[in-house]
Amino acid sequence: MAREISLKTIDDRFRQKIKEISGQNFQQCFQCGTCSGSCPMTEHLDLMPRQVMALIQFGQADALDVAKTPFVCASCHTCMVRCPRGLDLTKIMEAVRLVKLRRNVNEIEPSNLQPEDVTEMPQVAMVSGFRKLTS
Amino acid sequence: MSIVPQEETTATETKMVPIYIMGKRYEVPATLTIMKAIEYAGYKYIRGCGCRGGVCGACSTVYRKPGDYKIYTGLACQTVVEPEMYLTQMPFYPANRTTYDFGELTGTPDEINRLYPELFRCVACNACTKVCPMDVQVMDYIAALKRGDIQAAAEISFDCIQCGLCASRCMGELPQYHIAQLARRLNGAYLTPKAEHLQTMCANIDAGRYDPGLAELKGMDLETLRNTYQSREMEPASAGEDWTPQDKSHL
Amino acid sequence: MKIAYYPGCTLKTKGKSLETSALACMGQLGIEAEELERWNCCGAVYSLADDDLIHIVAPVRDLIRVKQAGHDKVITLCSMCYNTLARANELMRHDEEKRKTINDFMDEEPDYTGDVQVLHFLDFLRDEIGWDKVKEKVTKPLSGMKVAPYYGCTLLRPKEVAIDRADQPEVMHSFLETLGAEVVDFPGAIQCCGTYQVLGNPDAALKVSHDILSDATSHGAEALALTCPLCDYNMSKRQDQMLQKYEGAREVPIYYFTQLMAIAMGIPVEECHFELNRESSVQLLKSKNLVTG
Ligand code: FES
Repeated sequence: MAREISLKTIDDRFRQKIKEISGQNFQQCFQCGTCSGSCPMTEHLDLMPRQVMALIQFGQADALDVAKTPFVCASCHTCMVRCPRGLDLTKIMEAVRLVKLRRNVNEIEPSNLQPEDVTEMPQVAMVSGFRKLTS
Repeated sequence: MSIVPQEETTATETKMVPIYIMGKRYEVPATLTIMKAIEYAGYKYIRGCGCRGGVCGACSTVYRKPGDYKIYTGLACQTVVEPEMYLTQMPFYPANRTTYDFGELTGTPDEINRLYPELFRCVACNACTKVCPMDVQVMDYIAALKRGDIQAAAEISFDCIQCGLCASRCMGELPQYHIAQLARRLNGAYLTPKAEHLQTMCANIDAGRYDPGLAELKGMDLETLRNTYQSREMEPASAGEDWTPQDKSHL
Repeated sequence: MKIAYYPGCTLKTKGKSLETSALACMGQLGIEAEELERWNCCGAVYSLADDDLIHIVAPVRDLIRVKQAGHDKVITLCSMCYNTLARANELMRHDEEKRKTINDFMDEEPDYTGDVQVLHFLDFLRDEIGWDKVKEKVTKPLSGMKVAPYYGCTLLRPKEVAIDRADQPEVMHSFLETLGAEVVDFPGAIQCCGTYQVLGNPDAALKVSHDILSDATSHGAEALALTCPLCDYNMSKRQDQMLQKYEGAREVPIYYFTQLMAIAMGIPVEECHFELNRESSVQLLKSKNLVTG
């Protein structure tokens, strides 16, 4: 989908925020797409990691606010290992998640988990899931 | 030696100290507890006060001291005022408390996880332990529960009086004290060995073993009852484990 | 040899087979693992945000407990715990400013400077015990058993805490060889099982786990060895769902690496708690005459 990139739509505060939280200089990304090629989750993403990077570079906060990709990311660090620019994309994905979660928005609701699932699941699943997907 | 009732210290010789109750300054006697000081200042308790003895958990109080970043807590009925302290009471904290049919539980960790999945949101910041007026190691019992050790959690949380201050400070939004209560219940009902002598006793009662004795007592006039009570054989303070009364007819 | 041991929550309940089998093996090797008397959940995942230190407090507390118990090394079995503790340790060691903030925040704890060494049982075996020593204790080699070593993410990434090369790890290969197994190399060994997405996107997690298992079997594996209770949940406990959902999905026995070690060392099978595994796991061992009954 075409997006208007102009001074009107570039949210610089969002870009600053992502930089602050992730500690990564995302402007170094040259859009090679190695991350997209490495991600084990590609078939479940609505935006490829490369596209997420482009949207951040252009400060497209609203598009990222509704994106699923950061919340499908499993922090497996494969993209980070392979990025030719040495960027830690897992940190950037975490930053995009946090911008949303820090507004007290939950991606999953602990109280709505199925009782059977909670009974089955190991503690390590719930601890890590809550840390990554709840505010 | 006769016991002389202690003189109430008179207002003139009592040292007065300033305290701030919800931001307003009052001069109160330095020897009072926070609860008495609040009453001295003219407030009347309709909530936030129960036993006045440090066990009901109704009177949790949060206060600060000037020039100190730390949050202090205490039970209003137990804590003596300090000059310049500024405080508020917290009679209730809205913490998640799930409903469950206790009879359907069996005492497994999964049951706690299912009823309180937010348990796994603890980040071990320790704010709960720091704020506990009963010095319960709250963070530690939550850690025990996360690894499924209900017994340890029940023991560590034993002194909890359910005041809710832990939940008020929790960044994971856990209702620690309610989870611990469930743990103690499960531990008591399902995980500690049953007291066998209690079961024998209950069976004896059900079988009517003590009915004749009871009927005998009920049939006595007041005078005989009093005499029977006063002349009863008592276990001496120094009695050992194997002590039994002379008259064994009522055992 | 005495060493501090950090179990992690899951190893006390649903993943206890990882703990019991490992402790039995350590006993055989003369390693005295002393479980920390006091410990808390490490948080399972390391915080990836530069401005979020509160989530690093939990693992740091555990590292302080290691010191308080008089140790300078701690061994872990769960690879998620390993990663979280090791990364927190790196931060405390190298980032002076954050170290100060964290130490100041935990005003009830002694200051910590990152001077504990965090080890996973696998690199501990490789570097401090040696494969030869392990081999000496192998009484029932896993001959003819085609096992795929699965590393997953947290033992290999990121580099600061990797126990081996991220692209071509060998440690688990050597481990399985030492036990006498036939090691089946496969690309999926270093791919992600979907981890905590089992909560957020369970279908996606199921698919990536399934991809790993079919990759392993297509390379000739009869079984998979792993190190993490969450990988185990995704690949073993949820395998029934895969068998239902994906055409051509095959039953794959899954083991904790320590269970295979225990079997090879002739440790009583009860220590392995195979009741927590898939039934096929015991069947395969029986068919190889490694477990009787
Ligand atoms: S009034 Fe009961 S604890 Fe203070």
